[in-house]
Amino acid sequence: MAISESVSTNRVFEVLRRVKDPEIDSVSIIDLGMVEEVTTSGNNVKVVLLPTFLGCPALEIIKKNTIEAIKQLPEVEEVEVEFVFHPPWTTDRITEEGHKNLRAFGIAPPPRHVEEDGSWHVDCAYCGSTYVTMENIFGPTACRSILYCKSCKNVFEAMKPVSTLL
Amino acid sequence: MSATENVLTAEHKEAITSLLFQLADDDFLYAYRGSEWLGLAPHIEEDVASSSISQDSMGHAAMYYKLLEELGAGNADELAHLRPAHERRNSILTERVNGEGYYMETPNYDWAYQVVRSYFYTQAKKVKVDSLCQSSYQPLAEAAVKVKMELYYHRMHWETWFKQLLSSTDVAKKKMNDAILRVMNDFGDMFSLGNQKQAIENYKLIDNEEKLKENWIASIKPVFAALHMDVPTIPEKLANNGRNGEHTVDLDEALLTLSEVYKSDPVASW
Repeated sequence: MAISESVSTNRVFEVLRRVKDPEIDSVSIIDLGMVEEVTTSGNNVKVVLLPTFLGCPALEIIKKNTIEAIKQLPEVEEVEVEFVFHPPWTTDRITEEGHKNLRAFGIAPPPRHVEEDGSWHVDCAYCGSTYVTMENIFGPTACRSILYCKSCKNVFEAMKPVSTLL
Repeated sequence: MSATENVLTAEHKEAITSLLFQLADDDFLYAYRGSEWLGLAPHIEEDVASSSISQDSMGHAAMYYKLLEELGAGNADELAHLRPAHERRNSILTERVNGEGYYMETPNYDWAYQVVRSYFYTQAKKVKVDSLCQSSYQPLAEAAVKVKMELYYHRMHWETWFKQLLSSTDVAKKKMNDAILRVMNDFGDMFSLGNQKQAIENYKLIDNEEKLKENWIASIKPVFAALHMDVPTIPEKLANNGRNGEHTVDLDEALLTLSEVYKSDPVASW
């Protein structure tokens, strides 16, 4: 009788690095800091994810893609993916790799620092200039703002900071 | 989640359920009325901002309905789409039409009204959400932390509009002041906890009604002072209390429209 190999969490994490944000396909859910916990038991896998914005329509797609990606592993039988609210997802969970990959997509990563009055600054996602203006704090998706670079004269987007301190 | 559910007494569960319906129905109707501005907002940036705020708010409603589902109150989508008006617990303000006319025909909507409604509602929501972060019901407290972070941007947006229009032309000021009167006329049930008030307060699910009102007034005071205006009074007497399922015909009309697609194929996957 063949004994099937049990699943290792490392193998699951490797797969999760390939699950991309459906709206920003240069960043993975690992880059975004959405993966809170991966547990395995024999051939079964459970993944706990943190939702970014509550009304984000990509969440259900991410859940589906996560399940499908893990099921590609031959040693996996059952996959469960759950969203939890605690700890709350904040933009400082986005990794260095995530910052790099956001820039590659033309989106300025969220600022690390927010002023006491809640204002914040990012540099142009394209040319790196600091000479930018805020066009609209709300953007094409819940997590993004629209800015304009006065140096390279491009409109660009930034991921807006989300923090429990706001 | 099921472990939490099991230890709740029937009375405790009823109090939580009752409060969750108020929060869910409020954001659901607020988001629906906001979505009626799509393509009609004063300029393109506002169209983007308004729809983003409506989408966030719908997400908040969906999350509260999900908490209700986990408490065994029914399927979240059905709770949102299929409950008749008399079972709804939203405040009267959130169900009001945006103005005369109909979205598909000749919408003669009132932007001043939308600004005042949104600013006062968002500020009230902030007061509640701040309090809910300390709720004795842990799943609700955790959800409130999420809502609070997104609400930060909504509140800032509506406060900017509110201050700018009230510092603008005489026409704008008149429209805004008329809107304030109309909004306040419907504000009597905003902080009402309905007929489960005693249980909701006893279980420390949220601050009591008086405290919530006080915090709302304190939160808008600086803005009114800067505009040299008096803080409006929250009416004591209510024609209808939405928290007890008493509503206007505006809600019937809204429910008919918003559930039309859902009802056309209830088993469809969205």
